[in-house]
Amino acid sequence: MQTAVSQTSPPQRSFLYDPKVRGIFYQVVLVLAIVYLFYVAATNAIENLQRAKIASGFGFLNNTAGFDISQTLIQFSAAGGTYGDAFIVGLLNTLLVSAIGIFFTTILGFVIGIARLSKNWMVAKVAMVYVEVLRNIPLLVQLLFWYIAVLGTLPQPRNSLEMGAGFYLNSRGLFMAKPIWGPNISVVLAALVIGLVGTLVYRRWARKQQEQTGRQYPVGKVTLALVLGLPILTWIVLALTGANPITFELPRKGTFNLTGGMQILPEFVALLLGLVTYTAAFIAEVVRAGILAVSKGQTEAAGSLGLTPGQTLRLVVIPQAMRVIIPPLTSQYLNLTKNSSLAVAIGYPDLVQVFMGTVLNQTGQAIEVVVITMGVYLTISLVTSFIMNIYNRRVAIVER
Amino acid sequence: MSTAVDIPRFVRANQVEALPPPNLARGPIAWIRENLFSGPFNTILTLVVFYLLYVTVPPLVRFLLIDAVWTGTDRAACRADTGGSEAGACWAFIWDKINYFIYGSYTVSQRWRVDIFFALLAVGVVWLLWLRAPRRDLGAVYFFWIFPIVSYVLLTGGNADFGLRFWMGFAIFGALVIALFAFFAALLKTAMRPALIMGGGIVAVIGITLALVDIDFGLAHVPTSLWGGVLVTLLVATVGIVVSLPFGIVLALGRRSKLPIVRMASVIFIEFVRGVPLITVLIMANTMLPLFLPGDMTVDRLLRPLIGTALFASAYMAEVVRGGLQAMPKGQYEGAMSLGLNYPQMMTLIILPQALRIVIPGIVNTFIGLFKDTSLVAIVGIFDLVKTIEASRIDPNWAAPTIGITGYAFAALFYFIFCFGMSRYSLGVERRLAAGQNR
Repeated sequence: MQTAVSQTSPPQRSFLYDPKVRGIFYQVVLVLAIVYLFYVAATNAIENLQRAKIASGFGFLNNTAGFDISQTLIQFSAAGGTYGDAFIVGLLNTLLVSAIGIFFTTILGFVIGIARLSKNWMVAKVAMVYVEVLRNIPLLVQLLFWYIAVLGTLPQPRNSLEMGAGFYLNSRGLFMAKPIWGPNISVVLAALVIGLVGTLVYRRWARKQQEQTGRQYPVGKVTLALVLGLPILTWIVLALTGANPITFELPRKGTFNLTGGMQILPEFVALLLGLVTYTAAFIAEVVRAGILAVSKGQTEAAGSLGLTPGQTLRLVVIPQAMRVIIPPLTSQYLNLTKNSSLAVAIGYPDLVQVFMGTVLNQTGQAIEVVVITMGVYLTISLVTSFIMNIYNRRVAIVER
Repeated sequence: MSTAVDIPRFVRANQVEALPPPNLARGPIAWIRENLFSGPFNTILTLVVFYLLYVTVPPLVRFLLIDAVWTGTDRAACRADTGGSEAGACWAFIWDKINYFIYGSYTVSQRWRVDIFFALLAVGVVWLLWLRAPRRDLGAVYFFWIFPIVSYVLLTGGNADFGLRFWMGFAIFGALVIALFAFFAALLKTAMRPALIMGGGIVAVIGITLALVDIDFGLAHVPTSLWGGVLVTLLVATVGIVVSLPFGIVLALGRRSKLPIVRMASVIFIEFVRGVPLITVLIMANTMLPLFLPGDMTVDRLLRPLIGTALFASAYMAEVVRGGLQAMPKGQYEGAMSLGLNYPQMMTLIILPQALRIVIPGIVNTFIGLFKDTSLVAIVGIFDLVKTIEASRIDPNWAAPTIGITGYAFAALFYFIFCFGMSRYSLGVERRLAAGQNR
């Protein structure tokens, strides 16, 4: 006689309790909701655009723009330039201010970050105050402040400040000599390339020598001589022989305005100042955190090996700190690039001001303009983060 | 074995005289020597910093305080040609315009409503941020549900006047929701009571919200075009935090989900928003939102940037919350599962309470960023604090050379006080949370 054995097979449960089935159900609901949302938005947009008689498509990029831009890196005029050209002008202006800004903010940020860790109490405190003040005030307010502070104190064009060497300063910006490249500039460039290649070869040789014999060679001085000295020497020789590769066009002072030369817009200066000082505060914190992340044992070990404090910093601390610093540093660079879009508030003709401002208002083609502009910023961020991921994989500590 | 016996040794026969005590090992002068003048390089640095301070601080103090103009009713006080002073900041201008900077053009007789909004906001913030406040769960309900509705009614005047047809529609909708819950409970063969309570609860929450918006409290209607100044700045920041925290949590859970489509949708949203500048999102909300809605529907001018900032902040909040979720040890998840909890129970009862607690500093930092970013709504024409200052700056009544700088100094001070306070708070919480680890 057998007693009823209860647990021969697991109890039959509804398939609705299967996590897989539920997962599929949730995802189908999500997809349906998203598709519905897009469908409603698209049909409404088509209907609204038809009613407002706004053209669609990217054909407007070939239409004549009909407006002037105050700073153009390529040839652009109201009569001949198209909206597509205006886009490129804006994009180049954004890239210009971002590139120059990144260069200066890196220097300032590292200086302040290291200053915050200084043993000198005064230096550390001043750096801390700088960081706290700059970080806690919106960039927009700082930009407007710089714009007024920079622009407001400058004289009218007719009373331009003469600063010598062809530099003039007035409320329309900083005017300076414009270099005109002669045909011999290629010789100087060739000298620069030779200098760079020579440096690389010398560095490799010096490193090999050091690994084999332990002797150290003056790498820094030779690099300086080859990269800077060689082109300058070539230039001087060319200039003395009467084949000067660069001539300068000086700005001339007229009755009301300056003509010729190169002009740096006050908007550009204000935007650059604002971006550099603001981002430097964040980079300083990144640098500080990176240096603090290198454990004290590393410094002590380097000291016990007999390295000098300078060598310790250069050979032991900084290489390890960089691993921590570089990812957040890159995101600060991206932030600076994205923040350069605040140019629209002070009228510097960057991508957003030119394209999302003037072009959008003139054509009314909101969707296309917004898609293109966002696409540019998105591409910059995604490419940067892609490169960062590769870099991170290379420098990450390989654990046993 | 050879020892070191043959090494000559020297043993001192008489005691060496004690060294003189180090002069000034402590005391202010020693401290100065140690910290400021410990070597030639340090001395030069100190002197350079002193010089920089000498160049910047005294003129700043003179401009902002000593030479500043404190009283006056129009530009005469701040213009040299009318006998005023141009040397310092024109605080009289701020004082004259202070109501405009706080309330914008909000109807003067109704400004007490804005004051109540500020007070309610302060109560909610303190309740949530003060870690030892009683019943912080009720605080969350207050901040994320009651406070937004009350503020909406207070600021706009409420009285949406939905009409009978709407309420009949809502009744049918409510019945359908409850029926749906009952249907699923029957299908899954689970208890009917909790399902009905849950369905009824959802319908009740929505119903109460709509009813409060609908009821006529006798408050005059104030259109959003009149709002401005600090009111709008705080409003944008508040809406940003109230929306972005729940939405950010949902996005973070989505990004950590095992379901591929859910994960992908979250990742695309987060990375897209984080990859573009806020100003483009605002312009998009401003120009494209009206396009995506049916032709007869208009979106309030103030609502558009609110939606933009809320979406923007959600993506950043999601990444902060994700950090907290990833910091949870795996044992917490496994422990919850071994107790037989399902996913919502595991998240709401075990994971999120711990994860959110450790990311409070991150949340506050995101909020500081959001608070600073609210100033960007000025660019799309919303009268926040920055825009009201911009507008007052060109008022001919106050046309004077120092007006612009004074206005921005005031804005800088306002933002600095808020942001610096919050960053100190977040540092304090960080230290408290780390205290458990410091043994």
